[in-house]
Parts: sequence; C-alpha cells; structure tokens
Amino acid sequence: MASPRRSLTGWGLTNPTVADVFEVPNHEVRDALKGVTPRGALVRGLGRSYGDAAQNAGGVVLRLLGAAHQAVLDPVRGTVTVPAGVSIDDLLRVIVPRGFFVPVSPGTRFVTIGGAIASDIHGKNHHGEGSFGNHVHSLTMLLADGSQVVVGPHQEPQLFWATVGGMGLTGVILDATVQLLPIETSLMSVDTMRMPDLDSLLSAMEEGDDDYRYSVAWIDPQATGRSLGRSVLGRGDHASLEQLEPNDAIEPLSYNARQRVTMPPLVPPMGFINHATVAAFNEMWYRKAPRRREGELQSIAAFFHPLDMVGRWNRIYGRRGMLQYQIVVPFGAEKTMRTVIERFSASGAASFLAVLKRFGPASLAPLSFPTPGWTLTLDVPAGTAGLGELLHSLDCLVLDAGGRHYFAKDAATTPEAVRRGYPRLAEWQAVRSRVDPHGMWQSDLARRLHLLDPPEDMA
Amino acid sequence: MKNALGESQNIVLLGGNSDIGVAIVRAAITPFTCQVVLACRDLERGERVASALRTDRLVVAVVAFDGARTDGHVEFVEGLAEEYGNLDLVVVAYGQLGDAERTRTDVDAAVELAQVNFTGTVGVLVAVGNQLVSQGGGSLVVLSSVAGERVRDANPVYGATKAGVDGFCQGYGDWLAPRGVHLLIVRPGFVHSAMTTGMKAAPFATTPEKVAEVTVKALRSGRRIVWAPPILRVVFSILRHLPGPVWRRLPLG
Repeated sequence: MASPRRSLTGWGLTNPTVADVFEVPNHEVRDALKGVTPRGALVRGLGRSYGDAAQNAGGVVLRLLGAAHQAVLDPVRGTVTVPAGVSIDDLLRVIVPRGFFVPVSPGTRFVTIGGAIASDIHGKNHHGEGSFGNHVHSLTMLLADGSQVVVGPHQEPQLFWATVGGMGLTGVILDATVQLLPIETSLMSVDTMRMPDLDSLLSAMEEGDDDYRYSVAWIDPQATGRSLGRSVLGRGDHASLEQLEPNDAIEPLSYNARQRVTMPPLVPPMGFINHATVAAFNEMWYRKAPRRREGELQSIAAFFHPLDMVGRWNRIYGRRGMLQYQIVVPFGAEKTMRTVIERFSASGAASFLAVLKRFGPASLAPLSFPTPGWTLTLDVPAGTAGLGELLHSLDCLVLDAGGRHYFAKDAATTPEAVRRGYPRLAEWQAVRSRVDPHGMWQSDLARRLHLLDPPEDMA
Repeated sequence: MKNALGESQNIVLLGGNSDIGVAIVRAAITPFTCQVVLACRDLERGERVASALRTDRLVVAVVAFDGARTDGHVEFVEGLAEEYGNLDLVVVAYGQLGDAERTRTDVDAAVELAQVNFTGTVGVLVAVGNQLVSQGGGSLVVLSSVAGERVRDANPVYGATKAGVDGFCQGYGDWLAPRGVHLLIVRPGFVHSAMTTGMKAAPFATTPEKVAEVTVKALRSGRRIVWAPPILRVVFSILRHLPGPVWRRLPLG
C-alpha cells in the first residue's frame, strides 16, 4: 500500500505540512481513528479554507467519502439529510431541479456540507438569514470516545453550537439535516449598481439591503483618494416563474454549472501578477459594470460562484501562494474599515477584487465568525514585501475596533488576536474538553492559535 | 506553528551564544513569534542574550545543552518538544573554530574539535530531524562555512568538519523535504564576530546581521542553500576549480 503521508495546504497554497491522509466512507471513520498518535486527527473537506484550518501536521487527516445520491430529500418539510462529505456542488445538482436551493451559499460551491457547518459559512444573504448553522436541524456526530450522537439546536444544544463554527475540533460530523429554500426557477433576478466611492456604497447598502435576499459589493482595492471604495453592488433574489422569458420557462429549474477552464499547474512567470496588471483588471471590472441595471436574469453559478468558472484559480498567485484577509468590524467602525482599505491600496499589494458585505445578527455559536457589522475580504499574494508588518498593524486596528478574523480564511494571525476577537472562546473550550478530554481532534489552525489550550479562567 | 508568511511561533537556537545564531533568531522574530529557546553550555551568557531579546510578548528560555554529548541528544530534543510544543524553526549554530595550530598537530585536540563540530552536529540534526518529521513540518537552519567548500591548510580540521556537516546536510535535507521539513544550509564567508576577534578579515567579510538577513529571506523563499554574502557563490565556483598551486598561493587571510 502506498504511504498515506501527503503534503497538504489550504486554498491559499501557503505553509504546507505533512499528514497521513485517508479517504473513508462514514462507516469506516471509527476504524480509521484507531492508532491515532498524540498529533491527533482531523476531517478535511475540499480544502477550500485558505489557511491551515484543514491541515493536521504529523497527524491523521480524513476525507469523508459520500455521494449526493445518498442525500434524502423531504420535499414536504423542505429538508435534506446529506452525508457530510458531499459538496454543495453535487448537492445543487440534485436539489435545484427539484425546486430547492441551499439555505446559504458561499462564494464557491466546492465546499462540503461538513465544512460549511464547521466553518459556519455565510453568504450574500447573511444580513437577513444568518449563517449556515442557523439552518441546520440536526447533525450525526462521531465523538472522540467512539460514540455516535445526534445533536441539534434542541438536542445537546451546547455541543451542537460548539460544533457549528467549531472548525472540526469537537468531533466528526457524519451527516446533517439542513433546511432548504424552495425556489421556482434556477435563475436569479439581479439589480446592479456602480458606486463611485465608499460612502455612497455604505449608505446604499444600509438603505437598500433589507429589500433584497442577497447583497454583496465588489470593491476595487486599487482605487485611491476620492475613488476609494468605488465598487459594483450586486443584489437580487431567486427569479419567480413570472419573471422568466417564455423560452426559459419551459425548463425553469434546469441547472448545469460548469467549469470553463482550469489554471495549469505551471507557475506563472514572475511579475505576471503585479500591481499594474491587477489594477488594469480591476479598472476593467469596474468599467464593464453597468451604472445601473435592474432585473437582469443570471444563472446561479454566475451570481453566486463566478470564480468557480476557472478551476484552480488560486494557482494564479504562483508558488508562494496567497492570503485572503477577511475581517468584520461592528457598525460604527466604518472608519476602521476605510483605513484597512486605504492601507491595502497604499501598500502596493496586488490585490484582486475585494468584497464587502453587511452582516446581520450573529448566531448562537461561540466561534461563529459573523457578527453584526461590515465584513471585508481581500486577496493578497503571500510574497508581497512587508506583508507581515502590514497585516499585524491592520490586526491591531481591527481588534481595537471590536472586530475579528475568520478562521476559514485566516493564515497569519496570533493566539492573542483570537482571544480579543472571540470573547466566548473559553466557553467553547469548556464544551470541547468535555467531549474530547484527551485531545483527539487537532489541526494546524488550532495549534497556531492555541485554541485547544485548557479553558482560561472565566473570571 | 508557522503562518502563511513563513513566520515562526517557536524558535530554538542550538548554540545560544553564537553571534550569527543570535542574529538569525533576532531577524526571524516577528510579532507572530511567542517563544524562543536558547540552548547553550554557558547558561550565564545565555541568560544575558535572553534578557536582551525578551519583551512582554516574547518568552525567552535558556536551557543547558552540550553539542558534543551525543548520548543526550534524543532526550534533549524530545524534552524540548514536550516543554515548548511544536518546534517551528531550529537554528543549529554551535561549533568551534578550534586552535588551528594545535588541531593540526595534537591528536586529542583534533578529535575533540571533530567531535563537537561534526559528530555532535550530525547527531543533533538527526534527533531534531526526527522530531520535525514526526510533527509533520518545520524548518532547520544549519550553519556551514565556506571553509568547508575547499579546505585550506590554515585550519584543516575546522574546514573538514564544516565540509562534512555541509555534505551531510545536502543529502539529509533532500531526504527531509518530502517529509515536510525544510533544511537550509547557510554558507557564510568571514564573519566579524566573537569567534573571529583578532583575526585578519578575509575578502568579502560580512557581519552576523547580514548573514541573518539573507538567511531569513532564504527561509521564506524555500531555498536549500544560501551564501552570505551571496557573491561568494560565484567566487567559490571559481576557487573550487583553481589548480592546486594557484589555490595554495591565494592571499585568503
């Protein structure tokens, strides 16, 4: 048998570490965990978290096998019970033609259901409908002691909410029952507005977001001065049958998301991604957007998952990889957010489109990322000169403003930042040490951010 | 652990009093670093170095370590991992220049220098390597020297030990790489430091800080060999091929 040792990274392609990787069906997970060393075990989904969340250096990493045809749809209640290893991509192919959509869709459909829960992912509808965990009825979990339990908001709620956003560190999610959203068509009705600067964007979102189920803004991170924060605001909802052209209405629920091209594994020549090329791209993106357009029909893939059209797009940043910096700051800290954008554009970092989104109320999960406020996301090449200092200074600003980092994106911050950003960490640690007293579940992220240290004094 | 920028949380320096070693550690410390362990024989001097590095956010510990005592290496490295957790960056910088005159003529002195510089270093590298492999990743920096590139009559035992360590590291580093461990060989030229005080500087002499700068850069970029200053790579690719009579007459300090 080939050695199971494999080098793993996150989607950012930074900081590889080596682990024993096994692909197992749900019923073999327990056997696969026999003989785990003190470096512990972790389940990895499709490796779309950017940093080290799905790595476990020197330990065991499990990839759960599961197929979408095993999903059980209850069309009356509008729920689906699905193995945790199934991707949203595969699930959509099953549920969209039957008139349902996932309750929360991230910017890529290549994430697993287990990963969606472990990171408590959010999407363009967070301002109204919250994060993924809010729509989960129950989970079947395998715990460190080998027992299997069913948890939900009304059944072992503490363990349930510790698992939602718990980054895989409370146990193995085997399957989940999730509330779906009924849809009439597979198209989206989208309103697009071009915003000249940050202030106009923020006020447009404050005033108008609540009229839409989905809303997100793409910011040009290279724009400076009076154009700082110029952006394209896209908002919409699932199109109803009446909104369709007669031709589309013949098969209103047809769904066929495809990848057009895949980035080759070759490293792009040095300097291919630099400030000039990226600035040109962002300029073009901004210019090609209409000043204002209403009721445009778009496919689900075009609206939710535009980057998925290019497979392995993360390779564009070359061998050194990239970081995705995502933070949230509370309402009222708009100035901090402006400073973050300013510092990024002044640093000369070649950052593709940045994304800005207004979050609604937080969930009950102690480690869930979204809290009411503004969330900003920027890509940046890991090789950018002076990036360490830049990120550290931004971290301080964000934390001082009462903000925090997103575990599924973070790849560079410190244990201290987590303690400041996540005041309920000790509460989560207490639940975790109850279900995993010997530290079976571990990850590089947990080691880097000291998540598994004994619960700190609550005093 | 390390972060996506290649910064290390836990740094260990074997040879806690080495000027170059300390300079490398200093350059590798970032706001992300939590802990530094200085391992050395002279704890008093180590403590002086430690207090200069310490801040309210950085823990600096000093532990006893004798590079020549290979029988204690395994226990020592396991103890480090037990006490300090993941070893993210281990800098192996101990070594002696030796008394060139004595080591050329005195058997015991020659063997002792070889024991510290070569045998001890190989032993500790294997012990550290095992630990890094079992933790699934980490970086190792080993101080070689241009003196090992073409060994001179000026200090043959020292040069040979460096040649031996360098050779071992080339092969061992290639073995470690697919196991997630990055071994970086640093080949400095003449470095103005405590070790060389009173000696006549050779051409392209450099400082510990300069060596540290190129080392940290190479750590981030993933190179396996780095010369300090980098021009020495070119210089030695010529020197290595000079005919013996010419080589022996070069005024190399």
